[in-house]
Amino acid sequence: MRLFATLVVLGFRRWSTYRLATAAGAFTNTVFGLIKASITVGAIGAAGGELAGYDALTGATYAWLVQALVAPVNVFNWAELALRVRDGDIAIDLARPMDPQFAYLAGFLGRAIHQFIPRGAPPLLAGALVTGLALPSTPLPYLLGVVSIVLAIAVSFSVWWLVNLAAFWLIELRGVLTLNVVAMGILSGLVIPVHWFPDRLATVAALTPYPSMLQAPVDVVMARAEGTAALGVLAVQAAWLAGVLLLGRLVFARGARKLVVQGG
Amino acid sequence: MTETIVELRDLRREFVVRRPAPQLGSVRRLPLAGRLRRTRTVVAAVDGLSFDLAEGAAVGYIGANGAGKSTTIKMLTGILVPTAGTVRTCGLDPVRRRRELARQIGVVFGQRSQLWWDLPLAESFRALAAIHRLPDATWPARRDELADRLDLGGFLATPVRQLSLGQRIRGEIAAALLHAPRLLILDEPTIGLDVLSKERLRVFLSEQRALHGTTLLLTTHDMDDVQRLTDRILVVDHGRLVYDGTLPELAGRVGAERVMVVDLVEPVPSLGPIHGTRSVAVESDGLRHRLAFTPERTTAGAILEAVGRRGQVRDLAIEEPDVEDVVRRLYLAQSPRVSGDPAAPPRPPLPA
Ligand SMILES: Nc1ncnc2c1ncn2[C@@H]1O[C@H](COP(=O)(O)OP(=O)(O)O)[C@@H](O)[C@H]1O
Ligand SMILES: [Mg+2]
Repeated sequence: MRLFATLVVLGFRRWSTYRLATAAGAFTNTVFGLIKASITVGAIGAAGGELAGYDALTGATYAWLVQALVAPVNVFNWAELALRVRDGDIAIDLARPMDPQFAYLAGFLGRAIHQFIPRGAPPLLAGALVTGLALPSTPLPYLLGVVSIVLAIAVSFSVWWLVNLAAFWLIELRGVLTLNVVAMGILSGLVIPVHWFPDRLATVAALTPYPSMLQAPVDVVMARAEGTAALGVLAVQAAWLAGVLLLGRLVFARGARKLVVQGG
Repeated sequence: MTETIVELRDLRREFVVRRPAPQLGSVRRLPLAGRLRRTRTVVAAVDGLSFDLAEGAAVGYIGANGAGKSTTIKMLTGILVPTAGTVRTCGLDPVRRRRELARQIGVVFGQRSQLWWDLPLAESFRALAAIHRLPDATWPARRDELADRLDLGGFLATPVRQLSLGQRIRGEIAAALLHAPRLLILDEPTIGLDVLSKERLRVFLSEQRALHGTTLLLTTHDMDDVQRLTDRILVVDHGRLVYDGTLPELAGRVGAERVMVVDLVEPVPSLGPIHGTRSVAVESDGLRHRLAFTPERTTAGAILEAVGRRGQVRDLAIEEPDVEDVVRRLYLAQSPRVSGDPAAPPRPPLPA
């Protein structure tokens, strides 16, 4: 536990050295939030003022919340492990008395905690000013929401971990990483809520961990899923987390056995 | 009775290397042909190594580039799975008990960093203390000891990426020793360091060994490191052990000579015989002389004095035999026929 906490803190500190990048990212998130909120509101208007339970205000809120979570959940890029496998620095991790997956998860969470306020607050602030936000007035959705967000971040890590492990077998990883970004972008609810998906696509999404990364926490925070429904969402997230983490461990162990670290 | 801390038996590691087949004449290759014609060769980086290291020993593990040193170290630490043979480190099977083993050993890979690049050096120690589960009551004292002896105080608060090479390597060594390992493995730690940094490191390592009895396995290209820090040498060549013994024995066998280079104020065409030396070259019309000597037979001081009687010395330098040179000569000494040098006298077989 002390190790986990220390590594979370280090993950946080590492990111706090990149202030400019954080500011630029927050600006981008906000601008895209503006675009997405107007498109979402437009779509709802075209559908007659309501679409799968979203009206103009809740639709816009959905778009802003997603934008606030994009950075902490780390939708777009994580290749730290793959890079270490490729240049052989993974040897350093293996020569330590720690579980690499556990250690990298801690670092990922530390990064997320760092990004939470500086990358999350600007889009929400802009949302409150431009369209207004439909947020619950009782504390419970927020409490469950925090749990759901932590799970979402961990699910995102577990998927990135698995994708990064391809580096044990492939030299060129850009294709695999891009595929993951595309899948995440479509199936997580990044562009439009998963609830708007046609049946087929909704089924596909439900068979992947991606909705657990954005749709799930936003549903819980907005109290679209309340009470037992909210607990059900958390359970689905936890199940994906456990499954994908476990798979990641097995694949890592495989990869480590065939690893050939070149050079000193 | 001393305990065995490292035990290798017929250890072997192969790598599959794929390279394009040699091109034939002027035949233009189709884009796909390169792929199809690639040949698959298996190289044995470590080819049947057996040796034991006793707890508390200081062993120099030397050999030319590509001899298989790093590959051996990776197998000792459990990072690389052997193709055949067995290895036990601290009584454990390194691959299966890698994490347990990691608590008992410290490793520095000269070309890699175990420090947190974008954070101050001190943070790396904090992280490593947590990783090794060192008690909060004791590790800060250990860190302070290391910081004091390695002179890290001035840059503990500096981000690692801003450190000079010498500072970083000192940081790396402190990081490897924070948990007071039984076995310290250094793979080319002094590569690229200036003379002063090397010297500081040697003093520190000798001191640590005297203080804590840490076993040391050191890979280096610097014969001075070997001489100053180790009491046993293993020479590996093409993945095989070709020598196991002490440095003076090795020097006796291959004639590990040093060369004194003296520059004179006025040219002297010939210095004449000087006891215990052999003239290797006279350069610049007698302004520069190269004299080979073995430290067992004479001293640099005695040579300098003798040269001084024949001319005024302006400057001097001593060139150490480097590892490649020693290994090459060892190889020549061992198999004169293979070397294609009929003039080399036959030698008795080596103890390895
Ligand atoms: N991952 C690898 N793939 C292919 N060949 C390798 C690999 N690692 C090492 N080798 C080869 O094995 C031999 C020994 O390498 P190494 O142990 O790094 O040598 P040293 O550390 O003594 O310089 C070299 O010929 C090197 O090219
Ligand atoms: Mg090497």
